[in-house]
Amino acid sequence: MADTPRTIHELSAAFTKGAASPVAVAEAYLARIGALDERVGAFLTVTRDAALAAARASEARYRAGAPLSPIDGAPIALKDVFCTAGVRTTCGSKILEHFVPPYDATMVDRLRRAGAVILGKTNMDEFAMGSSTEHSGFQLTRNPWDLTRVPGGSSGGSAAAVAGGLAAGSFGTDTGGSVRQPAAFCGIVGFKPTYGRISRYGLIAFASSLDHVAPFALDIVDAALLLGVTAGHDPLDATSVAAPVPDYVARLAGGVSGLRIGVPDEYFGTGLDPEVERSVRAAIDVLRDLGATVERVSLPSTEYGVATYYIVAPAEASSNLARYDGVKYGLRVPGGRDLIDMVSRTRAAGFGAEVKRRIMLGTYALSTGYYDAYYGQAQKVRTLVRREFEAAFARVDLLAAPTTPGVAFKHGEKADPLAMYMNDVYTIPASMTGLPAVSVPCGFSASGLPIGLQLIGRALDEPTLLRAAHAYEQATPWRGRVPELA
Amino acid sequence: MSWETVIGLEVHAQLATQSKMFCGCPTTFGAPPNSQTCPICQGMPGVLPVVNRRAVEFAVRTALAFGLRVNAACRFARKHYYYPDMPKNFQISQYEEPLAEDGALEIETVAGPRRIGIQRLHLEEDVGKLVHEGSLATAQASLVDYNRSGLPLMETVSRPDIASAEEAAAYLRAFRAVLVALGVCDGNMEEGSLRCDANISLRRPGAAELGTKVEIKNLNSFRNVQHALEYEVRRQAQELEAGRRIVQETRLFDADRGVTRSMRSKEYAHDYRYFPEPDLVPLKLDPAWIDSIRAALPELPRARRQRFVSQYGLPVYDAELLTQSRALADYYEAAVTVHANPKAISNWIMSELLRELGGDDEAALAASRIAPAQLAGLVKLIDDGTISGKIAKDVFTRMLASGDDPAVIVRREGLTQVADAGALGVMVEQAMAANPKAVADFKAGKTVAAKALVGQVMKASGGKANPAMVDRLVQEKLSGM
Amino acid sequence: MTISRQDVEHVARLARLALSESETARMREQLDGILAYIDTLRALDTAGVEPTSHAVPQVNVMRDDEQRPCLSQEAALANAPDRSDVFFRVPRIIED
Repeated sequence: MADTPRTIHELSAAFTKGAASPVAVAEAYLARIGALDERVGAFLTVTRDAALAAARASEARYRAGAPLSPIDGAPIALKDVFCTAGVRTTCGSKILEHFVPPYDATMVDRLRRAGAVILGKTNMDEFAMGSSTEHSGFQLTRNPWDLTRVPGGSSGGSAAAVAGGLAAGSFGTDTGGSVRQPAAFCGIVGFKPTYGRISRYGLIAFASSLDHVAPFALDIVDAALLLGVTAGHDPLDATSVAAPVPDYVARLAGGVSGLRIGVPDEYFGTGLDPEVERSVRAAIDVLRDLGATVERVSLPSTEYGVATYYIVAPAEASSNLARYDGVKYGLRVPGGRDLIDMVSRTRAAGFGAEVKRRIMLGTYALSTGYYDAYYGQAQKVRTLVRREFEAAFARVDLLAAPTTPGVAFKHGEKADPLAMYMNDVYTIPASMTGLPAVSVPCGFSASGLPIGLQLIGRALDEPTLLRAAHAYEQATPWRGRVPELA
Repeated sequence: MSWETVIGLEVHAQLATQSKMFCGCPTTFGAPPNSQTCPICQGMPGVLPVVNRRAVEFAVRTALAFGLRVNAACRFARKHYYYPDMPKNFQISQYEEPLAEDGALEIETVAGPRRIGIQRLHLEEDVGKLVHEGSLATAQASLVDYNRSGLPLMETVSRPDIASAEEAAAYLRAFRAVLVALGVCDGNMEEGSLRCDANISLRRPGAAELGTKVEIKNLNSFRNVQHALEYEVRRQAQELEAGRRIVQETRLFDADRGVTRSMRSKEYAHDYRYFPEPDLVPLKLDPAWIDSIRAALPELPRARRQRFVSQYGLPVYDAELLTQSRALADYYEAAVTVHANPKAISNWIMSELLRELGGDDEAALAASRIAPAQLAGLVKLIDDGTISGKIAKDVFTRMLASGDDPAVIVRREGLTQVADAGALGVMVEQAMAANPKAVADFKAGKTVAAKALVGQVMKASGGKANPAMVDRLVQEKLSGM
Repeated sequence: MTISRQDVEHVARLARLALSESETARMREQLDGILAYIDTLRALDTAGVEPTSHAVPQVNVMRDDEQRPCLSQEAALANAPDRSDVFFRVPRIIED
């Protein structure tokens, strides 16, 4: 595969025409993983046999002229946070190193029914807690653009897989920015839909009110396809949205003429790398040239986003992770004096430092005497943040901003937890409010590292977001650019 | 020294739904261990709960029956503590916004009826079952079965209005009867369908402040509730009289020894870290739905008992017996509707039918093969003189065996009472002719001799003669001689 | 608001995390720093503001009372770290 990696829609067209074979394509991706992933570290588990079986079935369907969907035969990678029946699912943690779920997450089931070829499970920050994938219990993932740098996190493996040409598309989860940020760092599209748009059933929970299933793709058409296949109400998820799923691809055309774009002041202050600012402002200019109107808006509570998030998310995480106790599944450290001893030692051995930190923080925030000051207060600030967005969306249709304050940093560079948390300052608000948001590539730094433009839309207005991102993508040279991995 | 007893009861009832509270696993009792579980009630990574509508309906039904106010909005909350019978190490329950609040249950006591307040009612999930390998003291390990994990539980908390151990048992009995009548719980205490914790304290009569309360957990029969609380009253009185203070703690009842025992003291109190369950959305129940549930409420045991006395003129004893089970009460009323002899039908049920049945529930009644209309038909045949009471017993036995209608049996077996004065007159004269001694005795003043002649006629007629008529004819003919 | 060593030990117990002496000390320091940052939230006036428990305003999501297939005993126990026949097995429980 010496030329440009193929997008899902290009592959699908080729499969339909008979110009390419799903089996050959799957084999090529698997070969590439075999050759290159040792350096990239994107995959934790490669499901070779299952992938080839799925590819064979896909091929038979194309031959019969009956593909299941526009992503039939597409080679996809899944963050190891999604439960896959019969395939070990670790969530990046030693505490689940050998866990084999007996069931598929709903989104996995929908991908299978659409004929996707699942290549394997990708590396991540343990329990999705992190912004660099340096907190995986197993291995490091490297940014394909510069192997000394992080791919972002927590869905770093899925981002690196697509950027590295090891999968045509992939899925991650975005809780505080864990898909948009790696997408920006890796120069690909990362699309976080509205909260509840894609079912969370089978997604190993980190922060229940903030977790979003989100696809990575090489371009917006692919993102629309992946979204279309997985979105929709799920009776197994009480928080999943009941609204019908539009045909996202059909609504991509239309351009941005007349679209009102808001640029929030608070996203362009101190802490923003000047190169990133330049690229993002240039991108906004492109949108203006394409016919959008641009105006400034203000979201004063932006500065409180990180603090709010780092109460709510750890609080919910401390609750969601209480189940990992060595009783029913997962790691159990032997030799405990009694049950409490076994549980405490198991959790100490199975969880990494960042997870422990957040569990402690979260437990503290929920404990008697502190609940109102921390969790209670944070959930109220969330309402304030939401109100500001609602006010902005009374005047504009989309917000445009940087995805991250800087480009991909070097491994080990952000050792201080707080410094790491500040990475999420621009992505946290859309997670806290559940609003849909996308990161699209909008340029490179002088050192050749990708920069992402973030667009945020109204609840359930994925079509407008996709349309604007698509228009931008079509008018610029960044689409589908990936590094040469020698 | 006298003490006032103050008791509050917390009752957990397993709701009689088909599936669990948050997943579709069956709720049948007694299945092989860990055979009725799924990823959700096992608390596996990635799973999510979804509320069972029928559990909510049952809870609303119960709330309305006890006069609680169904809150306009209610929420689920996570209650955290670590225990291996709780897969997620938190229980999905309700905390600050329960389903319903502020109702009451009236109970009968020796001092007359008393109103016991019910503070709140909420929904939550049950936990699994822990079995110790060996005895609790020596076990090196415990075994866990998650079949019960996730079953729907309805928790009600009474106000501390209960004034004695006896009243506590009465409250529980009455409470159970209502739940069973509503069809929301099977009330089977051996199977753990209803569990009870009690909070008890003592204080000087007339004191405003409550004493230190002690919690007694897991009282699973009416007897245990009463005995545990009786013991606890004595124990606390003893402590207080000796000048000692009551330790606020949790105790368990040792039914074998009849004493309560302190559970090993905790190092620290539970900090449940309640917060709203993020995986479930709030319930804002439609008032129209609540109204339809209210409209469909069945008559409750106490009200039905009172109506049986007033409407059917039954003695209290009969009314109590007949309304012990909803099925039996339904049976009774169905029969009386067909033939309006309330007392006779009551007698037949109490003395004949109940003796034959294995129980008083729907299944037992169906198994008896005598439908209400048929029992009513039997009583009607007696009342209109077609058969005698004695013959009716025979017919009843045949009905049990065959399930046939009484009229059919009477016709088939030729059991119709003979009430034709002419025919009977002939039989009387034949009996008189065959028993001259009896006739002579009667004439000599031994009026009881008539009985022998009546007996002879009854025998000769195979019991089918109308006894009253025979009696009259014998008297007439003997007197007329 | 500083977090004390005792607080850390208490929270670690609540969270069932066995921390060594040095881990406890390090944790205290890190949490202290994070909490100091988070404390900036207290300055915000949220009087009368409703908390956001859910990002989407849905209510009354319920399911019908229908049975669905269960896991077999084997599937239910397949990941058990220790089992005894058809039970999960755990070390003895000192009453808590």
